[in-house]
Amino acid sequence: MSETKKSDAAVPAQASAPAAEREVLLKVEGLQKHFPIRKGVLQRQVGAVKAVDGIDFEVRKGETLGVVGESGCGKSTMGRVITRLQDPTGGSIHFEGKDITRLNTAGMRPLRRDIQMIFQDPYGSLNPRHTIGSIVSAPFRLQGVEPEGGVKKEVQRLLELVGLSPEHYNRYPHEFSGGQRQRIGIARALALKPKLVVADEPVSALDVSIQAQVVNLMDDLQEELGLTYVIIAHDLSVVRHVSDRIAVMYLGKIVELADRTSLYEAPMHPYTKALMSAVPVPDPKRRGAKSERILLRGDVPSPIAPPPGCRFHTRCWKATEVCRTVEPPLLELRPGQRVACHHPENFEDQQPQDTVLLTAAKEAAELVADEVLAESAQTSAAVAAEVAAVAPKTGKAAEPAAEASEPAAEASEPAAEAPEPAAGKSSDAPAEGDDK
Amino acid sequence: MTELSKTGAAVGEPVKGPSDGSTAFLDVRDLKVHFPTDDGLVKSVDGLSFSLEKGKTLCIVGESGSGKSVTSLAVMGLHRLGARGKNVRMSGEIWLGGKELISAEPDEVRRLRGREMAMIFQDPLSAMHPYYTIGSQIVEAYRVHHDVNKKTARKRAIEMLDRVGIPEPGKRVDNYPHEFSGGMRQRAMIAMALVNNPELLIADEPTTALDVTVQAQILDLIRDLQKEFGSAVVLITHDLGVVAEIADDVLVMYGGRCVERGSVDDVFERPQHPYTWGLLGSMPRIDRETSERLIPVKGQPPSLINVPSGCAFHPRCPYADIPKGDVTRTVRPELQPVGSGHFSACHLSAEDRTRIWTEEIAPKL
Repeated sequence: MSETKKSDAAVPAQASAPAAEREVLLKVEGLQKHFPIRKGVLQRQVGAVKAVDGIDFEVRKGETLGVVGESGCGKSTMGRVITRLQDPTGGSIHFEGKDITRLNTAGMRPLRRDIQMIFQDPYGSLNPRHTIGSIVSAPFRLQGVEPEGGVKKEVQRLLELVGLSPEHYNRYPHEFSGGQRQRIGIARALALKPKLVVADEPVSALDVSIQAQVVNLMDDLQEELGLTYVIIAHDLSVVRHVSDRIAVMYLGKIVELADRTSLYEAPMHPYTKALMSAVPVPDPKRRGAKSERILLRGDVPSPIAPPPGCRFHTRCWKATEVCRTVEPPLLELRPGQRVACHHPENFEDQQPQDTVLLTAAKEAAELVADEVLAESAQTSAAVAAEVAAVAPKTGKAAEPAAEASEPAAEASEPAAEAPEPAAGKSSDAPAEGDDK
Repeated sequence: MTELSKTGAAVGEPVKGPSDGSTAFLDVRDLKVHFPTDDGLVKSVDGLSFSLEKGKTLCIVGESGSGKSVTSLAVMGLHRLGARGKNVRMSGEIWLGGKELISAEPDEVRRLRGREMAMIFQDPLSAMHPYYTIGSQIVEAYRVHHDVNKKTARKRAIEMLDRVGIPEPGKRVDNYPHEFSGGMRQRAMIAMALVNNPELLIADEPTTALDVTVQAQILDLIRDLQKEFGSAVVLITHDLGVVAEIADDVLVMYGGRCVERGSVDDVFERPQHPYTWGLLGSMPRIDRETSERLIPVKGQPPSLINVPSGCAFHPRCPYADIPKGDVTRTVRPELQPVGSGHFSACHLSAEDRTRIWTEEIAPKL
């Protein structure tokens, strides 16, 4: 496949990831979706909501890509654009090596078999006037497919597959609970044996105990049918549980894309770090560790006029002048971990010389506990040293890390010290952290 | 209706709270809230007791339809308003600072509502009036209970908005709810609830509609304000992470009844009810690297019209067959003390529970 070759060239270090040998199923480059804002009698366009503003990623066969972010970051729009429910404003989408960016409705129809979607709201996504049988068999009708043994038998098999009883065939959606409806939605999505399933918040409307049932079901189906998932969710715990790789979105951009372990154990983008520190952990013993929490100030800026430079700089405690002017590219800083940041966490600083803090960042830094700042300096040094040690084995991708392991310790310190000189040097930071 | 005749038989001995002499600030005893409908009697809350001291936080957890929100509305006396009041049967006692609320006159409850007890709702956009500015809604809440002129009340509103962290409160006070973001709206709701320094604050899923980053801000705010004002807080949620974060005591509800109650450490470290185990097992954890399967609770939550006989949880309980005979299917378990201040309503023997928790459940979490 030509696409596979191309992507391999673009991201050499992905080779170390377990899923890397698999071929690329979906490849998205520079994807944009802008919604025009029109005003006046002439309906002239006065601006645009930049819901998705230039994102690149690929999805490999058989893997699960999780997409997380706050509401309004464009993750749902992204899901709708890659399934071509909405037309992209710019960029390209390749599915199995075929460019589907500009395919018309008729051109897309055969592909609808391979790309299916599971929706968030199990109440809104099923037609209340249709029976379960007619809902789940709709894909067969629309695609003109005659499954082996007839449609009814196949639908009943699907219902059984998702844990419903085949006798439910003639019932209506209102007779089912939320969890069961979500199963119906899944059965419909799986009817045509799709290659890619895009699930937009598949479990967020469900109760915890039911949520676990649906998560397990999706896991089983992936194993059984070799499905590829793109799961869009705001719940970071769920995403950690189901995903192989995770993309973190902020204001229409991917700020970090990494495999699950790297992302959760050593997040590199400050936003990822803040997002994860905000998730409450169901363990009362961890309450003492609350000082580690990073409180972000304010809300996500408007996607109509996103901030220049790095979009996160208005809320970032590490932001410097360069963040306001230069947009950081999404770079592969560690094998399998791509980050768009000038001053990444757990790594050497990309712009160590630039230490003039913005006023916004100074305010944000006040909200970040001293321990966090000290710790970020400390972990940066430790991680960089570790990367340096591993570097010879992993090859050229990790080279910059090896070179920079020494400056890293110093580089991240100015950031930690600038707002609060008492935050401490990295050497005495652990003791201070434990006290509180 | 067959359901109606059952109600009388199912009434159990109310469980006395730890403070029977009603020293607790909020004391709910054997609360029942039933709604007669065409399909039968919906027993949303069916014999619930708990108490809460000032300065403490009680979290009520449970699935949708377990009766948590109905409980909070009952305490606020909101079930009896307007046409809804005709369709509800309430019994039991709710003591708030020495006053009983269920038997009290509506006027008396109205004087308390907003002043002694206030509520924060899940969805601030629908809880606020879209036609009035944020400021005027806070001013109204204040002037109902305080005899002050508009100017003083407005000053107080700005002060409260500032206290909950709204930037430029002097300007924002004249905004309409739709001009605020979700997190700011929730802050404004909190300002409105706290404008009269209530001693009891009930928050019904205050952070469910918010992003995690904003959720962290709001939880912090509630905690700070509680420290400052010394109020008692009842927080209703389905997120055990939030519970672990903020609760002093936890009450787990299932099918309109309390199945487990205790301190937050007891409930998370030594849970004594299979449903609590189920909740803990079905939560994916952000702090653990695990690809193992979640342990869901099988089946569906019960219908509140046809609550299963015996233990309401028995159709979904994997251990329902351990106690001898038909006891789980026929006898409704009462809350029994299983430790100091820790209660559980389960037919399993203490040994069985300890064994199952330590050997089967805890290692998998």
